[in-house]
Amino acid sequence: MNLLIQASYFLAAVLFILGLKQMSSPVTARRGIQWAGAGMVLATLVTFMSHELTDNPQAMTNYILIIVAIAIGGGYAWVSGKKVAMTDMPQMIAMYNGMGGGAAATIAAVELLKAQGEVAAGQNANALLANVGISAHPETIAQAMGIDITILAILGAIIGTIAFSGSIIAWAKLDGRLNTNKLLPQQQLINLVLAAVLIGFAVTVYFTNELMPILVFFALALVLGVFITVPVGGADMPVIISLFNALTGLAVGFEGYVLGNAAMIIAGTVVGSAGSLLTHLMAKAMNRSVSNVFFSGFGTNTAAASAGDESGGSMKEVQAQDVGIMMAYASQVVVIPGYGMAVAQAQHKVWELTQLLTDKGVKVKFAIHPVAGRMPGHMNVLLAEAGVPYDLIYDMEDINSDFGNTTVTLVIGANDVVNPAAKKDPSSPLFGMPILNAEESENVIVIKRGRGTGFSGVENPLFLLDNTRMLFGDGQKAVNELIQAVKEL
Amino acid sequence: MIEGLAALYIFMLAGFTGYEIISKVPVILHTPLMSGSNFVHGIVLVGAMIALGIAENTTQQAIGFVAVLLAAGNAVGGYVVTERMLEMFKPSDKKPAQQESK
Repeated sequence: MNLLIQASYFLAAVLFILGLKQMSSPVTARRGIQWAGAGMVLATLVTFMSHELTDNPQAMTNYILIIVAIAIGGGYAWVSGKKVAMTDMPQMIAMYNGMGGGAAATIAAVELLKAQGEVAAGQNANALLANVGISAHPETIAQAMGIDITILAILGAIIGTIAFSGSIIAWAKLDGRLNTNKLLPQQQLINLVLAAVLIGFAVTVYFTNELMPILVFFALALVLGVFITVPVGGADMPVIISLFNALTGLAVGFEGYVLGNAAMIIAGTVVGSAGSLLTHLMAKAMNRSVSNVFFSGFGTNTAAASAGDESGGSMKEVQAQDVGIMMAYASQVVVIPGYGMAVAQAQHKVWELTQLLTDKGVKVKFAIHPVAGRMPGHMNVLLAEAGVPYDLIYDMEDINSDFGNTTVTLVIGANDVVNPAAKKDPSSPLFGMPILNAEESENVIVIKRGRGTGFSGVENPLFLLDNTRMLFGDGQKAVNELIQAVKEL
Repeated sequence: MIEGLAALYIFMLAGFTGYEIISKVPVILHTPLMSGSNFVHGIVLVGAMIALGIAENTTQQAIGFVAVLLAAGNAVGGYVVTERMLEMFKPSDKKPAQQESK
């Protein structure tokens, strides 16, 4: 039986790795997640037969509890996962990731409390034996669990708990339920002190045989996760979510060692390293370093910087009819979609417009900035949802040299990713971020709800350029007008 | 059980594996892949089941219950959203032979 279980865990680990590998190409991606899913089902089923479960005198109760917990947790996630709109995907990923981190932390909690219980019970026996000068029972949690296991259990607990509370905050912020970046004055300093105290308690847990330090330890880790995440600006959220994803993987790997479970070690560590690299790639795409994301609230000094900004002109409005004519007779149109397009649910209309223009012989391309949407690749998902084939979609490196040959660039719901200040203005908070060179095309049309600034709160000089025209209005309505205009020609 | 050094080797090899898998991924798949890796660490469900399985008193059972609940949410939710995203990726009908350049 044990061999069957171990073999199944091995097969599950292989399926996870092959599945992730297939997910790295759009052609095989769907099969990849299905393989990984099969691995998960297999691993879960054989765990019901493991001796840890069957040997326990409480086995019957525990089985019922496990099934009920899976039904509730899995049922909730199934329904919410099926229901969530594609635009809200990032916060759902944050939520599910937080649950995983919480699970890893609670596993550590069970193990630590169990060891603490054993040590405490052993103390009474030790008191008796002390008279004859022997100490038969472990005095501390570390002695009861073993040095390596205790250290990894505690590390996994810290990481998992921070990923848990941090992810919940990330979810709340992206979901618009929490709109503050400020919690306490001198937040960075407080976080540093808190982290030091937390490490102190982690050491205490290692040497203790009492309950209290364990409880304080977990409470501090929870608070630290909140404190770290609240000051992070909205634009940096994807990096944080990705980082917490990697951290959860690491925590799962550590707790896998604690439980002696190879499948958990492998899957957790693979995600830990893959997630770290992904975090790094995302941060690089946004021209931010990971430490930067944590230690300087983005946009906190923006107001001062942009207030002194001299505007070189004013925004020039344009009517949909004129834009329609312009596009219908263009040789090449490049669409730069942003999160605003998705919020307005305009992607289906944009695709309709694309097909109309293609029929008229216009070459239409989509240009995707690495951080378009709320996280890298999010915009591709939203366009895919509307039926836009992925071979019309170009990455920034592939399209940036092509803007010079473009008659009309249609910017819809995007802002910061086309902000030329990122190239020219060293005082801009965006300075240094690679952008799409929309301003190099013959005409730039910007569809925008109003005159306000974007997600990051930074002014955009592109809107003031001579070859830029503004088409104000709701994204979906504006694109609809464009479709009508093109149809009437 | 996996002890000491053997586990260290597993950690190392798994670490390199994860790095290798991600290093060749086109940007368009970053979000689904993050979601997919989020699903993979849902394997924590197995650990949570064991943690609840070894629970001997009510406190441990209560914490273990929370662990399984959260882990099941991670695994199921991670799968559902990843699958939903990936099923939408389709090449254009006109040029079925053309594949993603990177």
